[in-house]
Amino acid sequence: MRAAVLLFPGLNREGDAMRALEQASGVKPILVWHAEHDLPAGTDLVVVPGGFSYGDYLRCGAIAGRANIMNAVRAHAERGGLVLGICNGFQILCESGLLPGVLMRNKDLKFVCRMQHLRVERNDTPFTNRYSRQQIIKVCVAHGEGNYVADPETIARLEGEGRVAFRYSDFNGNIGGEANCNGSINDIAGIYSERMNVLGMMPHPENLIDPMMGGIDGRGLFESLVHAPARAA
Amino acid sequence: MALEKDSARKEPEITPALVAEHGLKPDEYARILALIGRTPTFTELGIFSAMWNEHCSYKSSRLHLRKLPTKAPWVIQGPGENAGVIDIGDGLACVFKMESHNHPSFIEPYQGAATGVGGILRDVFTMGARPVACLNLLRFGSPEHAKTRHLVSGVVAGIGGYGNSFGVPTVGGSVNFHTRYDGNILVNAMAVGIAKTDEIFYAKATGIGRPIVYLGSKTGRDGIHGATMASAAFEANAEEKRPTVQVGDPFSEKLLLEASLEIMAKGCVVAIQDMGAAGLTSSAVEMGAKGDLGIELDLDKVPCRETGMTAYEMMLSESQERMLMVLWPEKEAEAEAIFRKWGLDFAIIGKTTDTLRFVVKHQGEIKVDLPIKELGDEAPLYDRPHVSTPPQPVLTPESIQPLVSNATALLQLIGSSDLCSKRWVWEQYDHLILGNTVQRPGGDAAVIRIGDGPKGLALCTDVTQRYCEADPVQGGRQAVAEAWRNITATGALPLALTDNLNFGNPERPEIMGQFVDCVRGIGEAASALDFPIVSGNVSLYNETQGRGILPTPSIGGVGLIDDVAKSIGVAFVRAGDSIILVGDTTGWLGQSKYLSEICGREEGAPPPVDLAAERRNGDAVRALILSGHVNACHDLSDGGLAVALAEMTMAGCMGAAIGAAPSAIPAHAYWFGEDQARYLATCSPQNEQAVLDALAKAGAPALKIGTTGGDALQLGDETPISIGELSSSHEGWLPNFMRGETII
Repeated sequence: MRAAVLLFPGLNREGDAMRALEQASGVKPILVWHAEHDLPAGTDLVVVPGGFSYGDYLRCGAIAGRANIMNAVRAHAERGGLVLGICNGFQILCESGLLPGVLMRNKDLKFVCRMQHLRVERNDTPFTNRYSRQQIIKVCVAHGEGNYVADPETIARLEGEGRVAFRYSDFNGNIGGEANCNGSINDIAGIYSERMNVLGMMPHPENLIDPMMGGIDGRGLFESLVHAPARAA
Repeated sequence: MALEKDSARKEPEITPALVAEHGLKPDEYARILALIGRTPTFTELGIFSAMWNEHCSYKSSRLHLRKLPTKAPWVIQGPGENAGVIDIGDGLACVFKMESHNHPSFIEPYQGAATGVGGILRDVFTMGARPVACLNLLRFGSPEHAKTRHLVSGVVAGIGGYGNSFGVPTVGGSVNFHTRYDGNILVNAMAVGIAKTDEIFYAKATGIGRPIVYLGSKTGRDGIHGATMASAAFEANAEEKRPTVQVGDPFSEKLLLEASLEIMAKGCVVAIQDMGAAGLTSSAVEMGAKGDLGIELDLDKVPCRETGMTAYEMMLSESQERMLMVLWPEKEAEAEAIFRKWGLDFAIIGKTTDTLRFVVKHQGEIKVDLPIKELGDEAPLYDRPHVSTPPQPVLTPESIQPLVSNATALLQLIGSSDLCSKRWVWEQYDHLILGNTVQRPGGDAAVIRIGDGPKGLALCTDVTQRYCEADPVQGGRQAVAEAWRNITATGALPLALTDNLNFGNPERPEIMGQFVDCVRGIGEAASALDFPIVSGNVSLYNETQGRGILPTPSIGGVGLIDDVAKSIGVAFVRAGDSIILVGDTTGWLGQSKYLSEICGREEGAPPPVDLAAERRNGDAVRALILSGHVNACHDLSDGGLAVALAEMTMAGCMGAAIGAAPSAIPAHAYWFGEDQARYLATCSPQNEQAVLDALAKAGAPALKIGTTGGDALQLGDETPISIGELSSSHEGWLPNFMRGETII
């Protein structure tokens, strides 16, 4: 699997994403600067990592979503190539039009960093084929603006088309209440594009890849990508 | 408009009133006149004010700081640079420092705390290190005080807002409340970075005629005289000083980090200094003075955010996220390209000279012409009169009557403002970024893996201010000993510390006495524990309307563990394990949390600190952790044995049954006494004898006091307390407090 990790000024989890990708695939991903116009030849997967692109001083991801390189990412996605956006990367994908909806301030208006359980909604996607359906995994969250919001029509479509990737849950798999760390509609922690080749998610699977750092439930996502059938044109 | 501009440019006349406004005493001004042989210009007066205030010159503290132990074979750089540097093997160095941002944080909590974090991160990466962790030590006023909630909320959001965006995990800290901080909170921030031992950068400029380069954000009118404000006590009108607080931009700082490390790696940098307190003035003077060179600056070249800035304003601005460098001339173009790529300002604003003068030009005029070495070296140095705090009486355990059952007292203590869970705070800090956080906040010390391991660092911040108030020497010792113990309890070897000495007005002999004696205690403990001081900061005049804060010499400790997989935490791990108490227990209740929280008395002498016992007990415990015999460990401090047991129970979600208090000690003193040099350690029953034998051989007093298991903590014959009850008391206080009605 050849992965390209995008770098916008202000992102800060690119190293964490690269470490997880390399651990799963054995191949060092290529870091791609935002001002570039093209992705490296033969890119299978584009990862937009977390952080605070351009300081998040405007709406999160708004500037990065309009950067040069995002044209190439859109073209890659249109060809069926895989795209993963984590945290600020999810916000950037929403701002670039690759995914619907928007991430608002957390319901309690505070940044939240904690261990967080998720329910894997389906396991027949390139991102989740190493998990079981409805599996409860422990990853972590670290964001101030992860409250997923979209109009009722969009939510109905996402639900109807099975495009909710993960929901916030407690360790028993119960949805809602305190388990929802940011107030997202329907406890949505991640969503797929129509063709299921673009995933945006707020939690950080890339930080749960080592037993010493709290667990290895995040590995499944990267291992799924390694085992996904090649899609790039 | 034009008129206004003209009048702004016309410099005020130097009068005694103007000199006083600059915080310079008449004798200090006389010293200036003698030094330069003429009346200073307005800009020069500002420069003297910035260089000779307490914050920059350490004029009250220098004399005493010299006595601190700062050397060890593993110390690469002690105090005097941007940060301290220690050797951690494999060609790597750990670079760290702690610094205060107390006054700005009281006036504008979010920005004050944020720029405190920004400043200390810059100190670390200026030396060529990539920051890997932040910690902090916060002291707020009484929870009942009208401003406290607003200050907690703003400071915590500010620390998180800066560190989270910059991309460094905030892994540890300490939060306490006391009415003596009502008008003067403490915000001490610590940053830790990793560098290669052969790629450490210093402020010392070399070579004549080399360009001086300005990098980073533009200069604005913010923070002018910030350092002077930090050197004066607050009066009732403190809020009026808001314009002296700087505004932080973590995004620019992140770019500055990446660009700086990139040009360092490319070998472009001769010398580098961040613009912190007293901005351009202090950084330029330091680079020249350390290199025995003169510096000439042309302010027309300084990138400005605002129009019409005067020389005075530019020299004293504390705008954030700025650096000054001397570059190798042949690498200048390469360095500029890197900075442009990151979208940062890059301007040549001056050069090094052989004149030993600090010369500043602006719009064709010479605004400053001063002897550069003397600006720093000739700063006033005071041996201020000091008197020691009178000793407090030693309270016997019998003299303190238990008012409630010990089970009730425990629930009250772990649900009190100081001992409650600080989850509400540290969940607002990204403590997991970089994927190396092994021991997360909430334990004794944080442990982070260095890169891909196997080595790790143990990090903590500590001070027990009520001990320092009652007995400054013992309090100073205890702050160091507790940091050393917290690191030891993870299995790491404590290597060095940074200190942040927060005190009141040094012009009062009793406050100066606190300072002198705390420094003495710190020095004694640091020597005895081979735990040298490699960097630090002094914050004096922490006083409002004549009342000083509790003396608070914060200690930031750093330890090293060769294999991070061997580090352990405070959580009970397995049912049926033996619980061993290491160290002597006498039931010392003087200045204890039991006495203040349960009995409402802040009295007596604090527990004495036996440094030989600390060393002996700690070394023995660490050896047992590293040999794999001990699987959980916790140092005993605030709240004593019972609170430590409760914390281990809650962390592990596993109860314990503990034997009754020995008959020689009243039960409440046994459970809540704060005798020092103690640890709780757990081990399998199979290892119990080996652990007790090893401790006996080392001469460390040790006793099996109980067994883990069940879903309640049972202290002797007290009513058992369920884990749920413990947790709800422990986790409840802070969120409940913060949810209370908002007071602005």
